[in-house]
Order: sequence, then C-alpha cells, then structure tokens
Amino acid sequence: MARMRFRQAVAAALADEMRADSSVVVFGEDVAVAQGPFKTSEGLLAEFGPLRVRDTPISEMGFTGMAVGAAATGLRPVIEIMFMEFLGVALDQLVTEGAKMRYLSHGQVSVPMTVRASVGAGAGFGAQHSQTLENWVAATPGLRVAVPSDPQTAYGLLRSAIRDDDPTIVMEPRVLYPERGEVVTGDEGIVPLGVARVVRPGNAATVVTLGQTTRVALRAAEEAGLDIEVIDLLTLVPWDRATVLDSVRRTGRLVVVEEAPWSGGWGEGIVSAVVSAAFGDLRAAPFRITTPDVPVPYAKDLETRYLPNVDEVARQVQEFLKTDAVPAPWWVREGVI
Amino acid sequence: MSATTQATSIDRRQALVDDPMAQFARMVEIRDLEERVNVLFASGAIHGTTHLCLGQEALAVGLASVLRPTDVVTATYRGHGMALALGMSPESVLGEIMGKAEGSTGGVGGSMHLCDMSVGLLPTFAIVGGGLPVAAGAALTFQTRGEDGVGVAVVGDGAANIGAFHEALNLASVWRLPAVFVIDNNSYAEYSRINLTTPMEDLHLRASAYGMPGVKVDGMDVDAVIAAASDAVARARSGGGPTLIEAKTYRFAGHSRADAATYRPQEEVDEWRKRDPLIVTRRSIIAKGLADDAALDALDERVRADVAGIVARVQELPGPAMAAMFGHVWHDSPSVG
Repeated sequence: MARMRFRQAVAAALADEMRADSSVVVFGEDVAVAQGPFKTSEGLLAEFGPLRVRDTPISEMGFTGMAVGAAATGLRPVIEIMFMEFLGVALDQLVTEGAKMRYLSHGQVSVPMTVRASVGAGAGFGAQHSQTLENWVAATPGLRVAVPSDPQTAYGLLRSAIRDDDPTIVMEPRVLYPERGEVVTGDEGIVPLGVARVVRPGNAATVVTLGQTTRVALRAAEEAGLDIEVIDLLTLVPWDRATVLDSVRRTGRLVVVEEAPWSGGWGEGIVSAVVSAAFGDLRAAPFRITTPDVPVPYAKDLETRYLPNVDEVARQVQEFLKTDAVPAPWWVREGVI
Repeated sequence: MSATTQATSIDRRQALVDDPMAQFARMVEIRDLEERVNVLFASGAIHGTTHLCLGQEALAVGLASVLRPTDVVTATYRGHGMALALGMSPESVLGEIMGKAEGSTGGVGGSMHLCDMSVGLLPTFAIVGGGLPVAAGAALTFQTRGEDGVGVAVVGDGAANIGAFHEALNLASVWRLPAVFVIDNNSYAEYSRINLTTPMEDLHLRASAYGMPGVKVDGMDVDAVIAAASDAVARARSGGGPTLIEAKTYRFAGHSRADAATYRPQEEVDEWRKRDPLIVTRRSIIAKGLADDAALDALDERVRADVAGIVARVQELPGPAMAAMFGHVWHDSPSVG
C-alpha cells in the first residue's frame, strides 16, 4: 500500500507489468524522454530502455496499427493516445483491424494490445480535447473498454488490461491524474475486468457511474445524505449486469450519471437492459443525468455546468426519491433553451 | 487448423524456393483458381464479391519464394494469389471464398479475409492500406526480440494515397525496422487510373521522402521480383532497415465482381497481356534450358486438372454450423468449431 497520484498509479502499473513480462512494450507521443505529457510513464525509459519504451511521431494511425501488428506477433504493446479524440484518426486500426483479427484468423491470432487514452472535460481543453467518446468503441465485439475512477482502479484495471489476451482500451479521466489515494500494488492490487464495484451501499436507489462521475455521485450522496447505492461500472465492455440488476431489484430505482451526451451516451444501454430485465421490480422510471447535447464548451462556468456536478446530482436524485417522477435536466428546468 | 494442414502449407511454401518449375506451377494454380472463382461468382455459386489477381501472379510467387514461413505478411482483399503463393492450399482458400466450414477461417471471413499463420499470413486486409502499419508492427516484434524476421506489407497503388502509407513508412524508417513495403502497382485504384488520383506513376520515388531505398521492378517477371525482394529482405534481416518495392503489374480483370473494367483502353490491356507472367516465366524456363514447351504444357495441364478436381470437391462441402459465428470473438469465446 502506498499513497500516490492517479498518474503515478498508471506508471506503477506499467512498470510492474514490464518487470513481470518482457513482451510488454510502451510507445506513444512523448511517453519516453518526456515521460508522458501527463507524466504517466515516469521512470519507464530509464528502467526499461529505448527498445521497450519509445517515442513515436504524431502518427496515431501508424503507431496504433503497429501495436496491432506487434500484438498479433507476440508482444504486449501498451500505447498512449494523448487525448481520446486523437483515436479518431486511428480508429480503423483498433476497431476494424485489431478487434477483428482473432475472428478473421479463426483463433490463430491474439491481439493483446492495450490502448490508454485520456478522456473527459473539466480541464479547459475545449471542444476537441475534452470528450469521453465511449460510444466510438463500445459497440465493437472483440474490444474491451475499461474506465478507472481513482488511483487504485487506475493501477488495477491497467494491469488486467495488459494481461488480457484481447485488445482493451482504458479510458483515463484526465482531471483525475493529480488525485491522490492509497494504492495496493502487486498482484493484490489487480482489479478484474468486467466486475463493477459497489462504492457505497444504499437502499433508496441504484446510481450507476463511470469514470469521474463516480466521485460526483459519492459527494452528492454525502452532502445531501442520500440513501443511494453507488455502483462504479469500471468496465463498460462487458459491463457487470449481475451487480447492477441485483442492486436495482433491491432498490427499485435506477439513475445513471454519465459524462456523455444525452443522445447516444452509454447510459442508454444500461437503462434499456435494466428495464427489459427488471421491469417488474422498478418502482419508478429510470433516468439519466448526462451532459447536454452540445460540444464541450470552453469558458470555465460553461464547462463546469456542462458536466454533471455534485449539486445537480444531489438535487435531481432528491427530487426523484421524493416524487418518483423523472426530473427534467437543468437546461430544461431553468429554461436555458 | 490441424497439424496436417500446417505441414502442408509449409511444404507448399518451401517447394517454391529456387525452383522455377514449382514457381511456374504455382502461378498456373493461381491463374486457374482465379478463373474458376470468376465463373463460380458469375454463376451465382458464391455470394458477396471477389477481387481477382489475374495477371499479378508473378509478384505473389516471387515474394513467397524469397520469404521464410516465419516472416509475417500483410496482404490485401485482392489476396487469393498471395495466400496460395505463401502456401495455403487451394482447398482452404476456395473453401473460405465459398463460405465453407473447411475454409481457412471456417467460413466467417470470406474472399477478402484469408489467413494462415503457419506461413505467416495475417488475415488479409479489406481496408486499403490497413496492413501497412500492421506489418511494421510485426517488424517491431522481430526487432524488439532481436530476431531476424521480416514484416512485409503488400498493397496496391491506391494505398499510396492513404495516410497509413505515410505514417507506416515514416515510422518504420525512423525506427529502422526490418520491414519491406511492396506496392503492387497495376495502375488502377479500384476504377480510377493512377494519373487521375496521383501526381506520379513511379511510386517507388516516394521512398526518398522516408529516407529508405525505393526500387522499381517488373512485376510480371518472377525472376526480377525474386532479385529485388532478396535484396530488400537481406537488408531488413541484417539491420539495414526498410525498403519500398514498386512492382509494375496489371490487373487482367476489373476491380471486383461488379466491375467489367470498360474504362480501360483495349490497346492497354492487349499490350500488358503480351507480358502475361505465365508467358514471361515460360520463356525464362526455356531459356535456362530447364524444360521445353511440351513439358511446360504438360505441367500446366496437370495443375489445372488438380484445381478442377479441388473445385468440384469444395463445392460439395457443407457450410459452417450456425454456432460458428460465435467463436473466436474473445479469447474466452465458447469453442464452437
């Protein structure tokens, strides 16, 4: 157990896997000499050398494709996509080549590559460097998607992703990189893929979160004294249906708090699955607290309001628990549009 | 893949080494199978589409004669010839084209996705240029492990205009990877002649932009291909970095099943037909005194009779079980054949 920042937990996971397995290599833009634009690869070049830790040109398509080829032939590459948006120019390689290679080889080829991408709003990076974009990758069979929410899960999910024999993308909420926490390292600190975590038990409603919305929901529960069960999905593909359904069957209410647009956000799938599987157990209609259907705005006040925040989550969940009616999103309630 | 199939693929591959008669026979096999596939598609016996490599047999066989089965190759959706040349059996290739359970990927891949890792063929790429960075990734594996394998990408001239080409060649050169990039320049990117899409016809000249050697070779002449590929492969194996080879070829058929290629002047087709790789190779063998016309006619007939028998047998094979579509999506997918 050691106290460390989220970004240090990422570097620790990379180092531990590189020590355990000589086939693990790391490459991306500025990850070697500069030790990562977010300092998530500190110490790696010094310890593992330039064959295993490499700086790439600004060529996401090129180096993502190289990770596919390296993984298909026996390495376990971990690549860094500095901002999730940059995956746009490399999506072919991850979704159409890498994620299909096992299928199209009839099991002759495994592609154990890990893509790390920083995601999300809240740091003032503007509309082209602040999206989460889970839906770019969540509908591709063959590709796993994990989203850590604190230093421990940053460490543990990344280690699982590197060990996994399928391509996995780990989406790291950028605003969490400086956050500190106690981290269990070593094998005990590994967090399995596909398993959600009940981060706060409760009885009145099940609140499903992912990434940075986990701490938002937890603070809302604390500050407003809400008796809610907060479930941090941790893995979006495949998500842990059993844990969510067990909880909803007990609480009878579902709220999803997501940093994604209302239209097409990942929470649609959660609500749909819960309604289909546990309709009779629901005491009220499920609903989602999302971002509005707009690009991420820049001005600090706008960006802060764009994200589901503690006050908004507390207010909407309180109203929901009182009335069992679905609250309107803030932009409708306040008549902003 | 059974052990027997693997042995057969490697045997078929090794048979080509330094044996002009075997190389001629393989070119005839490719020609004959492609012509029969064309007929099968036209008659409705196969669904979907297909992309024939008629006229481009010498490049495939020349490369296969130089590479080792442990080298890794990425090829394209126009890949039946590469697959056969590298050693895959006509049964497994045609079986896959016809969607049979006995096809190389159990019928889930089809004409554009052929794979046999026992001879280093990754699933062929149906996205133009997609295989370029992946082959560089295979080269990265060899370099990282200190092995003398080579990653080879074979693409068409159309791929020289997609971003993956630039990114893969740049990165492979910067890292001095053991890679060989081969452009099968048949002057047509799908339906468009090269002068309409590209400001130069000699694509090997682009190598200078990446600081690597660029070589032009007559792709209709298997001996010329072998000579150029031997140089490039030797350079890669000895740590000399990547090479770009441009093979001038011609596509005797249209782009795909749907394309009658009426946009090509008949004189152009006639001119290239005079340099049919089967004619060029025949002349070369006779000039070397290895066989006469009568012996080559007999060999040609024998190969075509074998292919005819295979086509008849494969047509009678059963399709995959419905459960086959669920196999090999994930590493822990159910084993369904």
